[in-house]
Amino acid sequence: MARLHIDQVSKIYTGTQRAVDAVSIDVDDGEFLVLVGPSGCGKSTLLRMIAGLEAITEGAITIGERVVNDLDPAARDIAMVFQNYALYPHMKVYDNMAYGLRNRGIARDEIDRRVREAATTLELGPLLERKPRELSGGQRQRVAMGRAIVRNPAAFLFDEPLSNLDAKLRSHMRVEIKHLQRSLGITSVYVTHDQLEAMTLADKLVVMNAGKVEQIGAPLDVYERPASTFVASFIGAPAMNLIPFSALGDDGRLGLRDATVATIGFRPQDIIEVANDNEDGDGLSLRFVVDAVEPVGSESYLHGKVGAERVVVRIDGRAPHREGDRIGIAVPSERLHAFDADGRRLEGWRTPDAVGDAGTAMRKTRAT
Amino acid sequence: MSNAVSAARPLAPVTRRPTFKWGPVFDHAILIAGSAFMLVPVYLAFMTSTHDAVTVHTGGVQALPGGSLVDNYATVMFDGLGFSGAVNGTTMMLNSLILGLGFAVGKIVLSMMAAYAIVYFRFPLAEFAFWAIFVTLLLPLEVRILPSYEIVQSMGLINTYTGLIVPLVASATGTFFFRQFFKSVPDELIEAARIDGAGPLKFFLDILLPLSRTMIAAIFIIMFVYGWNQYLWPTLITTNEDYFTLVRGIKQIIQVWVGSQIPEYGQAMALAVLAMLPPVIVVVVFQSWFIKGLTESDK
Ligand SMILES: Nc1ncnc2c1ncn2[C@@H]1O[C@H](COP(=O)(O)OP(=O)(O)OP(=O)(O)O)[C@@H](O)[C@H]1O
Ligand SMILES: [Mg+2]
Repeated sequence: MARLHIDQVSKIYTGTQRAVDAVSIDVDDGEFLVLVGPSGCGKSTLLRMIAGLEAITEGAITIGERVVNDLDPAARDIAMVFQNYALYPHMKVYDNMAYGLRNRGIARDEIDRRVREAATTLELGPLLERKPRELSGGQRQRVAMGRAIVRNPAAFLFDEPLSNLDAKLRSHMRVEIKHLQRSLGITSVYVTHDQLEAMTLADKLVVMNAGKVEQIGAPLDVYERPASTFVASFIGAPAMNLIPFSALGDDGRLGLRDATVATIGFRPQDIIEVANDNEDGDGLSLRFVVDAVEPVGSESYLHGKVGAERVVVRIDGRAPHREGDRIGIAVPSERLHAFDADGRRLEGWRTPDAVGDAGTAMRKTRAT
Repeated sequence: MSNAVSAARPLAPVTRRPTFKWGPVFDHAILIAGSAFMLVPVYLAFMTSTHDAVTVHTGGVQALPGGSLVDNYATVMFDGLGFSGAVNGTTMMLNSLILGLGFAVGKIVLSMMAAYAIVYFRFPLAEFAFWAIFVTLLLPLEVRILPSYEIVQSMGLINTYTGLIVPLVASATGTFFFRQFFKSVPDELIEAARIDGAGPLKFFLDILLPLSRTMIAAIFIIMFVYGWNQYLWPTLITTNEDYFTLVRGIKQIIQVWVGSQIPEYGQAMALAVLAMLPPVIVVVVFQSWFIKGLTESDK
C-alpha cells in the first residue's frame, strides 16, 4: 500500500508526437483511480509507464517513497491485470497464481497459504487444479485478479480488465472488483474507455484526451461540473447536449454576463417538457422537433433537433411522442453549463440577478 | 412386433431402399490407390527380405514370404558387413540414431535460441540477421558441401560424430518456424512474466519452452527423419566403417559384387526395412503428442 505520484510525465514513441503529455496525478494510499478517455488517448501508455513496461520519456513516477523510473517491473512492487488476462496457458490455476511468488523466493508454505486464501476470496477453490483453457471468461478474469492479490503489492494496475466479458458479467465483476479493492485497501489505477465503469468504480476520476489530462476529480463532481466540452460529451450517457450559443438566438433573457460563452450544454435528463410555445419556462426554453423515439424500458430518449442542432431528451417511462412531433422543452437555468470558444468551462457567466432569480425565472431565450 | 411398438413409430418407413451413392466409392478408390502406392513397395521390400540372395537374384523382387527371415535379419544385425566386415547392423543403426538425434536436437536447440534472440531482443542488425538466416533456407546443404567439407577436414573432424553432426545443425527452417511461433505468443504474456519477476532465462525456460512443445514435436519429427536419411554428408565425412550409418550401409552391401559373389539382396532389403523402423516409431510416438498439442488450443 502506497501513494502514487505521477509528476509531469510524458511519453514520446517516435518523433515529436506525445502519446502522453505532461500528465501529473496524485493517488492517495488506498485510493481507486480510474483513467478514462477515448481510444488512443494514452491511458494504456500511462499505465504501462507506471508498470515499467514502457520507458518514461520525461517526468517522474513515484510509488511509495521510491522514484521508480529506472526500476524493472518486478522491482516496482505492482501487480497488473491485463485485458486478455495473460494467464500462463500451460500452468494450472494454482501455479499461475504462485509463479510470481516463487520467482521472489517466498517460502513454499507461505505461497500455499496466500494462494489458498486468495482462492477462497475469489471462490476459485474448486478450480485450482484446472488449466486456464478449462475456465470461462469470468473465471479467467478472477484468476488474473488472484494472481495480483497474492502478491500483496503496493499498487494494482488494471488495463480494461472487463472489456472481454459480456454485459451482465461485466457489471457483476465491476462490483466484485470494487468490493475487493475496498476490503484490501490497495491503491489502484484502472484504465477503461467505458464511462459507466469509470463512474461507478472511481474514487478519483481522470479524464484524458489526446495524451493530456482534461479533468481530475470525484466522479460526481466531474459529472456535475465538466471542465470542458470534451468531458461534458464523454461522461454521462446519453451525452450532454452541446449547442453553440449563437444558435440559441439569445435575446438577453439568459442573463449573460460573460460574453465569452460559446457553447451551452445541458443533459438530456435535465430537460423538462413544457406546453408548446410556453414562454414562462425557467431558464432556457426551446422548440424541439422529434426525429426518432428510443424506448429503453424505464425511460425513453427522444432524438431530434432544436433549430439545426441535434438534441436528445430523456422522458420518464414511455414517451407518447411520435416522429415529427414538435414540442416545447425547457431547462432550469441552474442545470445549464457554459463553455468558452476553447471548450473550457465558464463559471459565473450569468448575472447574479439572473442566478438569484432562477426560481421565479422570468428570463429565457427562444430558439429561432 | 407388437402393435404398440409399431404405433410408436408411425412415420418410420417400412421399407426403404437406400440409394446407391457413387461419391464414397470414388473417394475410397482414391484412398486405396494412394495407400497401395505407398505400401506396396514396403510390402515387397519386406517379403524380399525373407528370401536368400540366390532366389532374389534369379527371381527378382518377391511377393510372397520366404524361409530366410531369421537368417537375414540376424546376419545384418549381428554379423560383420561391408568390405572389412568390421561393422554390423546394430552399430550402423546406433550411428544413424546418433546422427538423427544429434541432428534433430541440435537443430531445435540452436534454432530456438536464434529465434528467441531475434524475436525478443532488440540488437543492431537483428532484422538483417534474420533475413541472412532466411536466405540460407534457399541454399541446400549440397550447395555448400565443399566449403563445409573443407572446414571440417581442416579441423580434423573427419570420422567423428562432431564432424558428422555439428555442420548440419544450423537450421534456417527451424529458426523461421520458431520465429513465427514466438511472434504469435501474446505480448501480454511476456509482460505478465516480467511483472512476475521472470528474467529472460526464466521466461524462456518456464513459459516459452512449455508453450512450444507442439512446435518442438513437429520440428523434431521432420528433423529426425531428415537427419536419419542423410546420405551425401555422411558419405563424405565418414571413411571409417565404424562411423557408417544405415543408409550408407545398405549401399555397401549391394556394392559387394566381387567375382562370382552375388550381392546379398535379401540382407540389403532386411537392412532397408530396419532402417525404416526408427523414423516410423518417432513419427508414431510424436504424432500422438503433436495432435494432442494441436487440439489443446489457445496460447
Ligand atoms: N508501441 C507504440 N509505438 C508507437 N506508438 C504507440 C505505441 N503504443 C501506443 N502508441 C500510440 O500512442 C497513443 C496512445 O496509445 P494507448 O495504447 O495508450 O491508447 P489507449 O488510450 O490505451 O487506447 P485504447 O482505449 O484503444 O486502448 C496512440 O496514438 C498509439 O497509436
Ligand atoms: Mg489501451
